[in-house]
Amino acid sequence: MPQPASQLSRRRLAGMVRKESLQILRDPSSIAIAFVLPVVMLFLFGYGVSLDAKDVRIGFVIESPDSETSDIRAAFGQSDYFEPVVFHTIQAAEQAMREHDIDGIVWMQSDFSHRLHAGLGAPLGVIVNGVDANQGRITEGYILGAWQTWLTHYTERRGLPKAFPITLEQRVWFNPAVNSRDFLVPGLVAVIMTLIGALLTAMVVAREWERGTMEALLVTPIHIRELLMGKLVPYFVLGMGGMLLTVAMAVWQFDVPLRGSFLVLLVASALFMLVALAMGLLISIVAKNQFVAGQVAIIVTFLPAFILSGFIFDINSMPWAIQLLTHLIPARYFVSILQTVFLAGNVWPVILPNAAALLLMAFVFLMLVRRKASKRLE
Amino acid sequence: MLQHILALIIKEFLALLKDKRSRFVLIGPPIVQLVVFGYAATFDLNRVPFAVYDEDNTALSHLLVERFSGSDTFELVGKISRDADIQPMIDNKQALMVLHISPRFSDDLAAGESASLQVIVDGRNSNTALLALNYVRTVLLDFSADWAKQQQRPPPPAKLVMRAWYNSNLVSQWFIVPGIVGLLTLVVSLLVTALSVAREREEGTFDQLLVTPLRPVEILIGKSVPGLIIGLVESTFIILVAIFWFDVPLRGHIGALYLGLFLFLLANIGIGLMISSLSVTQQQGLLGAFLFLVPAVILSGFATPIANMPEAVQQLTLLNPMRYFLIIVRGVFLEGADIKLLVPQYWPMAVIALFSLSSAAWLFRRRMY
Repeated sequence: MPQPASQLSRRRLAGMVRKESLQILRDPSSIAIAFVLPVVMLFLFGYGVSLDAKDVRIGFVIESPDSETSDIRAAFGQSDYFEPVVFHTIQAAEQAMREHDIDGIVWMQSDFSHRLHAGLGAPLGVIVNGVDANQGRITEGYILGAWQTWLTHYTERRGLPKAFPITLEQRVWFNPAVNSRDFLVPGLVAVIMTLIGALLTAMVVAREWERGTMEALLVTPIHIRELLMGKLVPYFVLGMGGMLLTVAMAVWQFDVPLRGSFLVLLVASALFMLVALAMGLLISIVAKNQFVAGQVAIIVTFLPAFILSGFIFDINSMPWAIQLLTHLIPARYFVSILQTVFLAGNVWPVILPNAAALLLMAFVFLMLVRRKASKRLE
Repeated sequence: MLQHILALIIKEFLALLKDKRSRFVLIGPPIVQLVVFGYAATFDLNRVPFAVYDEDNTALSHLLVERFSGSDTFELVGKISRDADIQPMIDNKQALMVLHISPRFSDDLAAGESASLQVIVDGRNSNTALLALNYVRTVLLDFSADWAKQQQRPPPPAKLVMRAWYNSNLVSQWFIVPGIVGLLTLVVSLLVTALSVAREREEGTFDQLLVTPLRPVEILIGKSVPGLIIGLVESTFIILVAIFWFDVPLRGHIGALYLGLFLFLLANIGIGLMISSLSVTQQQGLLGAFLFLVPAVILSGFATPIANMPEAVQQLTLLNPMRYFLIIVRGVFLEGADIKLLVPQYWPMAVIALFSLSSAAWLFRRRMY
């Protein structure tokens, strides 16, 4: 076994980078992974993933129609959120709900208007389908809003005391239209790039071992650091290309406002790409064979980035033990930076700690890669 | 003939389970992920950090603040006394929400004018913002109803009586945990199948298999059975954890669930083997598995409803077996659905399974490099 040189040699490194680059260019699947895949995925998911309930089908059960009940129906009909369907008995509406034809019921019993005029607290019965608890809650919120609007008008028209003595003035900062796409698309960029990073590198070292070309590399005077850097550099360039494409899509295709600076975004992306690639490389080195490397890559990259990153599920609402665990997921820091840089701007108290965490993770992963790799060479 | 298939099944099991790391990968992570994700994936709000800017500073305004700080949903993290303090509080994510009580709040309320309460919410997570606002409105309704009663004012002429079917407290865990059953079943069955033919092709042992007297159908059965068995065992475990650990009610018939599970596994195995026999190298197999898995999860209705998707994307989800299985698993768990009600979900999965399994068998021989 040749003595590895202690200094990095630019010539050997250049040779290694050249070899990897040629390998990438001759098997265009890596290029497809880096450029085509993120664009297709972001396109599909950016449109597909939305939490905004629109045109919720609501069954209106009006037992004895009159001017009051049609007023209420009109109040609901004005809103974009509902698509009213009229029923005459509660049984028919319940059957429709069981068959998933409607997602909610608003029920006015036959004595509704009578009790309303007498000021007896006429009950407006509401049933929502609670299987999807989040949508159920959002639907309840919309119904509450429509009902408040109607009741405020009703009491004003009749000169009755205010039904709601406190008026709520709500301001949703950064996203006044409460458009879920503006919040989800930056997170999707992080999830997709986690996948791309792992896919690019998870098999590159395992492949060399399995094909026996690693031994061939080992008998050259190349230093292990040069070998690893030679593997990282070309994939880093590819990955950053894909990253820029997705960011461009977020801004121009999905109209997500980019309020922070592009430079911050670029630096954070570079840090994250480094972590994702190093993670893939580590999997590849530890697993030794492509089969296991592939399995591990599927398990540790996609689902954790999807569920534990704050991309869609709010980390603040998780139990504290799980919150601690999310600190091990690199995508968590990147999602936080992306959501802030896109929607809020350069808020340093959010960006700096997250960027520091990414830097630390990159360092740790690269150290692990270095250690695991050198052991095997001896 | 049966013996041949049996021998092949045993060989497949050995290939999957004899390697310690591969064995661990198949069993360890799904179980850990079930527990972690079961707790992590929630849309319920807990301890939303909020700050108060109380310019009124009366007994009444304190009472209002207590309504928020006393609930599990909100957690008071600070009081501010200047307009300028609101922005850093929200920007730096110290508070998700600031309640701004105007100086005339209690005077206006007493005079019968409308008293205004300003709420500023961080919209970076729009869903959390929306839910927090909904909670605020509910708290305010309760507060003003109690206040009106205390002041002996007449109650409003109408009231809203809300309830939710199937999940009366709207616990999002009841929605998510059955979804995780589908999620992990999909991952495990893909892990078992998606690389299996590709690996043999790369190592050259698939050619050896093809020159044995085994027919493609027999190879197909030999390759599918281990995935089916491992999938059934792991899903059963996951279902038990959902029932006994996460306390998700199982209201329907277990048979309806297992019929769905069986078809779902067959469809996944078919797709996995199809990917595997299409790819010449394991790298392509892995890529194929990802290319199917990621859209299958994101566009399944697991986290975001299919109904919110644009029409074209909704059409695309009809090809996704997970879409049907999620309706089945949630239907059986929460709605108590029976086999008859779920027929529209069973047959598309059966069609997908039939198509993918037969194309996989066809590809075994046709696809040579």
